[in-house]
Amino acid sequence: MKQQVYIDNNATTQVAPEVTEAILPYFTDHWGNPSSMHNFGGSVKRALDSAREQVAALIGAEHPNEIIFTSCGSESDNMAIRGAVDAMGGHPHLITTRVEHAAVLGPCHYLEDKGFRLTTLDVDEKGNLDLDVVREKSMCGKKTIASIMWANNETGVIFPIPKIAELIKEGGGVFHTDAVQIAGKLPISVKDLPVDMLSISGHKLHAPKGIGALYVKRGTKVTPHIMGGHQERGRRAGTENVPYIVGLGKACEIARERMEKDVAHEAKLRDRLEAGILATCKGAHVNGDTSHRLPNTTNISFEFVEGEAILLMMDDQGICASTGSACASGSLEPSHVLRAMDVPRTSLHGSVRFSLSRYNTEADVDVVLEKLPAIISRLRELSPFAND
Amino acid sequence: MWEYTDKVTDHFKNPRNVGAVEEPDGDGLAGSLACGDALRLTFKLDAEKKICEAKFQTFGCASAIASSSALTEMLIGKTVEEAEEITNADIIAYLGELPKQKVHCSVMGREALEAALYNYRTGKKLDRKIDGEVICHCFGATDKEIEKITREQKLTTAEEVTNACKAGGGCGQCIPEIEVIINKVIGEEKAKEEDAKPKLTQLQKIKLIEETIDRQVRPILRRDNGDLELHDVDGDRVLVKFVGACVSCPVSSVTLKDVVETQLQEAVSPEITVEAV
Repeated sequence: MKQQVYIDNNATTQVAPEVTEAILPYFTDHWGNPSSMHNFGGSVKRALDSAREQVAALIGAEHPNEIIFTSCGSESDNMAIRGAVDAMGGHPHLITTRVEHAAVLGPCHYLEDKGFRLTTLDVDEKGNLDLDVVREKSMCGKKTIASIMWANNETGVIFPIPKIAELIKEGGGVFHTDAVQIAGKLPISVKDLPVDMLSISGHKLHAPKGIGALYVKRGTKVTPHIMGGHQERGRRAGTENVPYIVGLGKACEIARERMEKDVAHEAKLRDRLEAGILATCKGAHVNGDTSHRLPNTTNISFEFVEGEAILLMMDDQGICASTGSACASGSLEPSHVLRAMDVPRTSLHGSVRFSLSRYNTEADVDVVLEKLPAIISRLRELSPFAND
Repeated sequence: MWEYTDKVTDHFKNPRNVGAVEEPDGDGLAGSLACGDALRLTFKLDAEKKICEAKFQTFGCASAIASSSALTEMLIGKTVEEAEEITNADIIAYLGELPKQKVHCSVMGREALEAALYNYRTGKKLDRKIDGEVICHCFGATDKEIEKITREQKLTTAEEVTNACKAGGGCGQCIPEIEVIINKVIGEEKAKEEDAKPKLTQLQKIKLIEETIDRQVRPILRRDNGDLELHDVDGDRVLVKFVGACVSCPVSSVTLKDVVETQLQEAVSPEITVEAV
């Protein structure tokens, strides 16, 4: 089997070996119920507490009990939005953006169908929000719940969340941010910000799939969506997924300790990959604002070729990446993020997202730079528009 | 990840007949950049008026490229008349199978073929001017186009229409309108089938009425110790005479309409009326 070059880390990441190692004893030895009265369960409870502290430390939460463990980032997003709406009562005004993850757009559109007013903010061609519009919409005089992502999963573009949170709070609203892509990749500190709720996901930061967390700032009201147990202080019932919670804690600890090193490593590889592709592939350009971007992500459009075809040809060479092309998803519509940015139709169908992690190497970048130009020119030869 | 057949993968990775034929006899384009896939097909005829060369250029996904490549292979060696018979279903059959969301790739092949044949016959480019009212604004599909594909491919759900021509696959707002078109086509096709049934002579009609009464009506009445006899047939008027328990039965008039008339209408003709004498 040829070597696998995995550059799709915004989709999911490899579980860190240290994380696997930390998890295993909670399957084999410490399998007690943290709610039990006996010491066998009690030791497990202490592991939960320490994981909560590790997660809190990564995102700069003041109190560990502001962290609620969930099953994934999507659950965290759903819980934040629907839980805040339930707790607020009446018909609050919802604010979100066109480029959110489906886990935010889904519940927002559901609530809109139920009669709630929803404002979906536009972005410009670089993927940035207009803060004046955010201010204006947050001052609508009605109770507001806003959910705006910190970093975009497709382009890596970072929204100025400290400023946005401030604007929403000035308008008297509740503010949630989906931080699934930024957590573990760049330093964040919620205790210094007027952020009420924040979602993270385990498998985007080298913990397993099936674990996430929602930060809920003290004093923020959220109605639980899973009821019938005292776990997570009554905010999410159900016996805790102890091994994965321990894994998430460990992954957060590693991310925090290594952050500076990882950021430098990923940014260096990403920049070399990006520059190399732009230099060797004609008609390639980067989507999204490169000055406010995650260090590991680049989203590149190749004019007059189609993303699924690029992806399958790369896959043939052992290279794993993602595309915003319609054909790859089965939805028929190309990426809602790129459409919101008005990416020209010549490029809309040919976008590829490369997203790196600490485990990528210079050799990985070499493989892409060696194989990709031939793939693009091969597909251009096939295309009836290439000479236009 | 799509499940492509080995043949699709082979035609994607090793496409046959890539490029444009020089001085082609037929040249056609289907799809567009905005739609996310497009195909240009060119072909040349030999002295015997058979297609000796066919080439394609495709912008699109793996199955679009494979469908185009397959189409050129299918065309070579065929006469124009034979080429005309190639449908999108033939392209799919040639490739083994396409995921249902990718059926539109084979339809694009058929459309490019139509455009190239039109160009061969008229020397003109097939101008796909908007024909009909645009129903699906996401993909610019008109009512006439949706109706055509629904009829040709005998589609019965909006999902099938989306897979075949993309219409309804964007925002989804037009799906109810697509369903109206589907229902209209199904209704019309059913009516055509009815019309196609041969007209019965009066003698055949009487025979069929007798058979239907024997086979489908009597067994029901006999369960309650009743029965009937066929008295006369006057055009579409069927006159029957109840016997046995039916004679004194208070609901025999209901039986007459709900059982006898319904069965005869279904089996013989919707025009039939039944009366008791």
